[in-house]
Amino acid sequence: MVDDEVSRLRAIRPNLERRAKIFELTRAFFREQGFTEVDTPVRMPAVAPESEVVPFDSEGWFLATSPELHMKRLLAAGYEKLFQITHCFRKGEQGRQHNPEFSLLEWYRADADYLQMVSDTEQLVLTIARGLETGLVIDYKNRMIDINPPWPRITVREAFLAAACWDPVAELQPARFDVDLVTKVMPSFALDRPTVLLDYPAALASLARLKQENPGVAERAEVFIGGLELANAYSELTDAVEQERRFREDMEKIAKEKQRKVSMPVRFLDTMAHLPTCSGIALGVDRLVMLFCNADSVAEVMPFTVDTA
Amino acid sequence: MNINIENVRKNNKLLVNKNPFNVDDLEFMKPGKGRAIYRLRLRNLFDNSVIEYTYHSGDTVELADVSSHDIQYLYKETDHYVFMDTESFEQYMISDKIVGDKKTFLKEGMVLTGLMWDKKPIDITLPNFVELKVVESAVTTRTDTITAQNKSVVLETGFSIGVPTFIKEGDIIKIDTRTGVYVERISAKK
Repeated sequence: MVDDEVSRLRAIRPNLERRAKIFELTRAFFREQGFTEVDTPVRMPAVAPESEVVPFDSEGWFLATSPELHMKRLLAAGYEKLFQITHCFRKGEQGRQHNPEFSLLEWYRADADYLQMVSDTEQLVLTIARGLETGLVIDYKNRMIDINPPWPRITVREAFLAAACWDPVAELQPARFDVDLVTKVMPSFALDRPTVLLDYPAALASLARLKQENPGVAERAEVFIGGLELANAYSELTDAVEQERRFREDMEKIAKEKQRKVSMPVRFLDTMAHLPTCSGIALGVDRLVMLFCNADSVAEVMPFTVDTA
Repeated sequence: MNINIENVRKNNKLLVNKNPFNVDDLEFMKPGKGRAIYRLRLRNLFDNSVIEYTYHSGDTVELADVSSHDIQYLYKETDHYVFMDTESFEQYMISDKIVGDKKTFLKEGMVLTGLMWDKKPIDITLPNFVELKVVESAVTTRTDTITAQNKSVVLETGFSIGVPTFIKEGDIIKIDTRTGVYVERISAKK
């Protein structure tokens, strides 16, 4: 067993060295633009209620599924540009691209929208590629991916109509949406370019605001590179009444369908009245490292996973 | 026994339509905010045929009631290998098909793990590391050592493997059976 561990850890050493470098470059990228790095709790009395994201219990509290609510409480207090790299925990998520404990990079900007977060992501990936001297065409799993911005953008409606022949914005079938996204829409994306999926059906808005000129969709974007779902951006919802209504709806669904009990994040809702117009994004750091290490699985870019911890 | 699809791991043995299958590959896919999807590549343990199944979170599957035994490899007959349970001394014949590529590192007298289902052997697992003797090695010239290239030697099992040039006939070397790669020299020929 010791033999196994030593040879495994030696084999992934170049990836872990590169991971450390990516963390350095990421921190420098945000610092240079005047962002403040923050450090919010990983254990909390309530997480955002989401039916398909399952938190770990911790003595009556929960482990963070994302640092989102605490970061928004800082925004509500007047912090304009924040970023954080933190460990998050989601029960049952284990596979090539998942580990139940993983690293999330989140950043927020006051007075910005989801498209700004997409261009931040483009610049971040570009900056890392320059720092690692990989060139702007990255070899990932034998696909040569051109990361020069701007990355192609496509709406959820267009992508689904083209790849799955139905319009989830006109009428959403939630179960079919997830399966088709993974088995039809994602495989239809260009192999040699990142893809940005925009404007999710309003029912999948979560914590995003609806588009003013088209309330059928939410200002939510997802970034995909090389078959990896890399980041999820919102123009943040700032309406506390609407947010509480969505949370309540999700909590009822969770209690009824999943027999799981979650708490209302009341402190977050209380401060929402002061939340300025803002946008935020969550980026899976382990997957970003996979991309730059040409790695098949998160196990190749983290020293210990749930299987080896 | 039924288990939740979330708890299935690669190489679990499942019973599907009354046949035992090995989970050769398991892909967990989940859109960030969406429902989890599990794609399983299942290999029939008797005939090696492969099928793909898609499951969703909440689904359950049936685990095949298998047991592991320490078995010793005795000898080969025409189209099967003969093993003996080290505890019950019962002998099993395991087909070529089940042994497959593992024959590369299979040496008479070696003790390994045999998997039984319904009193029949369905799979064998080699130890992670084996030590085997080199029985044939091409002589390397001076230029070979300067470029420090690998060379190929023949093992006592009759198969070839790539090794560093300093390995000689009669040496005993350690091999990782999962990757088929040379690890180190255990002892040099006296």
